[in-house]
Formats: sequence, C-alpha cells, structure tokens
Amino acid sequence: MKSNRKIRKPISNKTKTLLLMLLPALLLFVLFNTIPLITGAFYSFTNYRGYGSYDFVGFRNFSDLFRDIRVGKSYLFTFKYAIAGTILVNVISLLLAMGLNSKIKFKSTLRGMYFLPNILGGLVVGYIFSFIFTYIIPTAAKALNIDFLSNSILASERWAWVGVLIVGVWQTVAMNTIIYISGLQTIPADIYEASAIDGAGKWCTFKKLTLPLLLPFISTNLILSTKNMLMVFDQIISLTKGGPAQSTESISYLIYRNGMEGGQFGFQSANAVVFFILIVTISVVQLVITSKKEEQL
Amino acid sequence: MSSEKYFVSKAPDIRIKPAKEIKNDKDGKSKILLTIVLILGCITILFPLYMTVIIALKSPSEMTNDIAGALSLPESFSLDNFAEAIRVTDFWHSLGNSLLITGTAIVLSLAIHSMAGYAIGRSMAKHKGFKFIYFYIVSGMFVPFAILMMPLVKETAVMQIDNMFGVILLYVVFYMPMNVMLYSGYLKNIPLAMEEAAEMDGASTWKTYWKIIFPMMKPMHATVAVLTALGTWNDVMTPLVIMSGSDKTTLPLAQLNFQTQFGTNYNLAFASYLLALIPILIFYIICQKQIIGGIANGAVKG
Repeated sequence: MKSNRKIRKPISNKTKTLLLMLLPALLLFVLFNTIPLITGAFYSFTNYRGYGSYDFVGFRNFSDLFRDIRVGKSYLFTFKYAIAGTILVNVISLLLAMGLNSKIKFKSTLRGMYFLPNILGGLVVGYIFSFIFTYIIPTAAKALNIDFLSNSILASERWAWVGVLIVGVWQTVAMNTIIYISGLQTIPADIYEASAIDGAGKWCTFKKLTLPLLLPFISTNLILSTKNMLMVFDQIISLTKGGPAQSTESISYLIYRNGMEGGQFGFQSANAVVFFILIVTISVVQLVITSKKEEQL
Repeated sequence: MSSEKYFVSKAPDIRIKPAKEIKNDKDGKSKILLTIVLILGCITILFPLYMTVIIALKSPSEMTNDIAGALSLPESFSLDNFAEAIRVTDFWHSLGNSLLITGTAIVLSLAIHSMAGYAIGRSMAKHKGFKFIYFYIVSGMFVPFAILMMPLVKETAVMQIDNMFGVILLYVVFYMPMNVMLYSGYLKNIPLAMEEAAEMDGASTWKTYWKIIFPMMKPMHATVAVLTALGTWNDVMTPLVIMSGSDKTTLPLAQLNFQTQFGTNYNLAFASYLLALIPILIFYIICQKQIIGGIANGAVKG
C-alpha cells in the first residue's frame, strides 16, 4: 500500500489496525470498480463482440463513434433530456422547498407527500405513466377536442422525449426538494428579519440572501441531478424502449442494448469510455464554477 | 402540472418571513393561499397512485373506452387481480429475493463503509496514503455503471458470482464512495478525546471502534441505511445484467420480465405494479420521519 512505502517511520499498531479496517472496502473497490474500469478501457481498443476471439484496432472504435448516426442521436437525446431536466428539477424543487419551509399548515404531511415519488421504483413508475400517456391523456384530449394530444406523445418521434422528461422530473424533484429544505433550514431567521427591517424587497432578499446562502446546496443538487439524468435508463426501458425510431435512446440504454445483445462489446466500450470522460469533465466544471462563486462571497 | 405553473410565479413572494412587528393580515392570507397551492400540487403525485389502485381493483369488463372506465371507482372491490398477479409473477419469491439483497447490502455497507470511513477520517490528516485512498474511493462516484456493466458481467461470470451474492457485493461497491464520504465527514463531530480516553484504559483500536465509535455514528448509520435501501430496492439494471443467467428475480425485475405476459390485461398489470410498490410504501409510511430526516442529515453533513 502506498502509505507503507512513503512513510519511513515505523507504523504504529494503531495505524496497522486502521489499515486492516480499510482493507475490505479497498479490496472490493479494486475488484469491482477499478478492474472493470480498466478492462472496459482495454476492450475499447478491440473489436471484441462479447464472445470469441478479438483483435486490437487502435483508435478505430473512437473515430467510428463520431461517425455513427445512432450514437450521435443518443448523445443528442441524453443531453437534451439532462439539460432540460436539470433546469426544471432545480427550479421546481427550489420553489417547492421554499413553500414547504414556510410556516404553513400540514407542513410535515405535505413534505412527506412531495417526497413520495422518490421512494417508488423508476421502472414501475414508468409503466404507470406509460398508461397515462397512451390511454388517459389521448382519451381525455379526444373528449375535449384537443387535436395535439389525441395521440400518445410516446408514439411521436418529435415529442416522446418530453414524456420521458416529465416522468424523470416527477421523480427527481422529490430528492432535490429535501436537500433544498435542509439547506434553507441552515439559514438563520434573524437574517431575514434584519433585511426586512432594512426595507429590502422580497425579490431582492431572495436574490441577495437566499440564493448565495444556498449555493453549496445548489451545487450539490446540480451535480447530483445532472449526473443522474445523464445516466437515465429505467424510464427508457419502461416508457419507450428507445423508440420511436430511436428518438429516445439514451447513452446507457444504447450501451446496454448493443453492447450486451448486439455484439458490439468493443465498440460500446469505447462509447462508455467517452461517456465516462464526459461525466467527469461536466462534474469537475460544475464543481469549479460553483466553488468559485462560493469564494466570491 | 398547471397548478405547479401557478406556484412558480407565486412562491418567491410568499417565502420571506417578515419581522413579527410588521406581520399583517395580508401575510396570513398569502400563507393560506400557499397552503392551498401546495395541496393542489399534490394531485400530480397522488393521481398516478389513485389510478393504479383503481385499475388494480377492477375487472377487465369494467374498463370501458372512456376516462370513466379507467378512473371511476370499481363497482365491487375484488382482489382477484392480486391473486392472479401473485401467481403469474411469482411475487413471494421475488419479494424474498429483494428483501434478502437489500437487507444484506445494508448490513455489509454499515459494517464495511463505516470501518473504512473511520480509518480514513482519523488518519487523513496524518498520513498522505489514507488521503489518497479517500480521493481514490470517492472519485468512484463519477464512474457510470454503463462503463462497468459489460466487464462486470464477464467478471462475475468467471468468479461464478453472477447471482444474488454478486449483486449484493456490487451494491456494496456502488454505494461505497458516497457512504465513505458521509462517514468520514461525520467523524468530525465525534471528539478524539473519546477514543484517547478508552485507549488510555488499555482498550485496543479495534475494540474502541466497535464499543464507542460505531454506536456514536448512529445518525449516520440511519442516513446510510436509507440511501442504500432506496437505491438497491428499486434498482433494475444491476440484477438485469448480472442475474439474467439465474432463474431468480427481484421485484422490479419481475415486472420487467412479465410485462409481455400482462398483454392488454391492464387490471392484472396494475395489480402487479401495486404489489411491487406496496412493500416500500409500507416502509415509507412507518419510517417517513427517519427517511426524510436521514436524507436531510446526509445533505447537510455531506
């Protein structure tokens, strides 16, 4: 272990015990995170189909990725979904959190209610919403003569992603709301009293006080929701299976479909490597931007 | 949805708590308005659940071709759909497997992650090696399952753990970055003096940990248990790719596998969905305070 080599002084008994306590976690992590990560990166340079023999193909998988229309479409969909979703989720959950944090009646019941979507499984929620989109909404729209909604939006190549987005937002808002509420509770009430006495307007107080003080929580929520929405899978499998015409195929779903079943193990490994690098880059950029903002305060 | 839009424009005005002296009638009225808006907003959450219960209780013949056919109360309450769904999806076995997987994953996570969090949290300042391991494990948070998925399928097959046991081990690894971060962060609240006193009395590090520190981390155990439970209970992807060879299913996996068998019998399908949701709903109703408290705790400490 690294620490053994670097530190010259004899290791105390206490450190030995602590190392021993760390060992199970470290072993499991290396075995089921680092090794598969390296294996995945290794296969991305091969034409492995998931079985049989394979050859090294250099960077061909990566250059092919940028020419593959299906891969391009999946990136377009995933980013469209994640950007729209992250914005919607954070706006809605911040407003909900402010509402649920004020002195209102039934506060704890309402909080419990708004958290409910988070505990339900994405797959079953997807099936339930699938029925709403394909049956309830079109039937209601026909009765009310609304042409636009008289067919299932999940069957529309142009609008199916909105259906997936609604379900994703419906579930993700719950968790972010709780995080924002706990953030709001760290702000002492007398700050608001002071600003009210100083005659600050409500919008001004929100912009100059609430938002800056919430910044660490906003940063947590942004990173969490972006990452989770980029990895969307359950809703796709239950709502659209990537259709119609591959218009809602997310990156994770494509890697699963073609990598596991389509004989593209090597090619989709390259896709996964690019996806991994993108996620890390986006998270780091988000971290740097928000921590810069925090420093300015 | 429309009630939420209304809420968007309204909420910022109402939020601010004025000083007690200037509290007036207008403030009280806006509070009531806010409460009404928030209650109306609950419809977006309760409607899908209401629909699920109603359809699950109906017989297919009651599903006429209009909205009322799907949403009106059933003429007679019948549990036939549930009996059929339990038989078709082999409900009790899937439930047992889900309970076993989630339960074991939680127990292992509490033991392994808290030990690691303790070792790291107490030595990070003194030893660079521990700090390195901390960042090494926490950076695992940004590794998407998509890149691990295919290699893990091969690896678990070679190790002959492409079964429930393998899925449990994988969960222990997937939730490790977050849990280790939470535990080592929480340790800052526990004064070193506690351990030093115990060690003075001649207790070993190992004993001190289990007798003194582990019980003191109770609030964080609750957070870790809740986060791990919600994640593992509802997860589809891991059992789908790892356990596909074995004939075992989890609750969500059973829904996926039997989706085609439901066909157009929506009543049977919804009875099955409801059955899949009921265990976690019961758990939520009983432990709602601990669950929400646990997550809030994780957000503030993390």
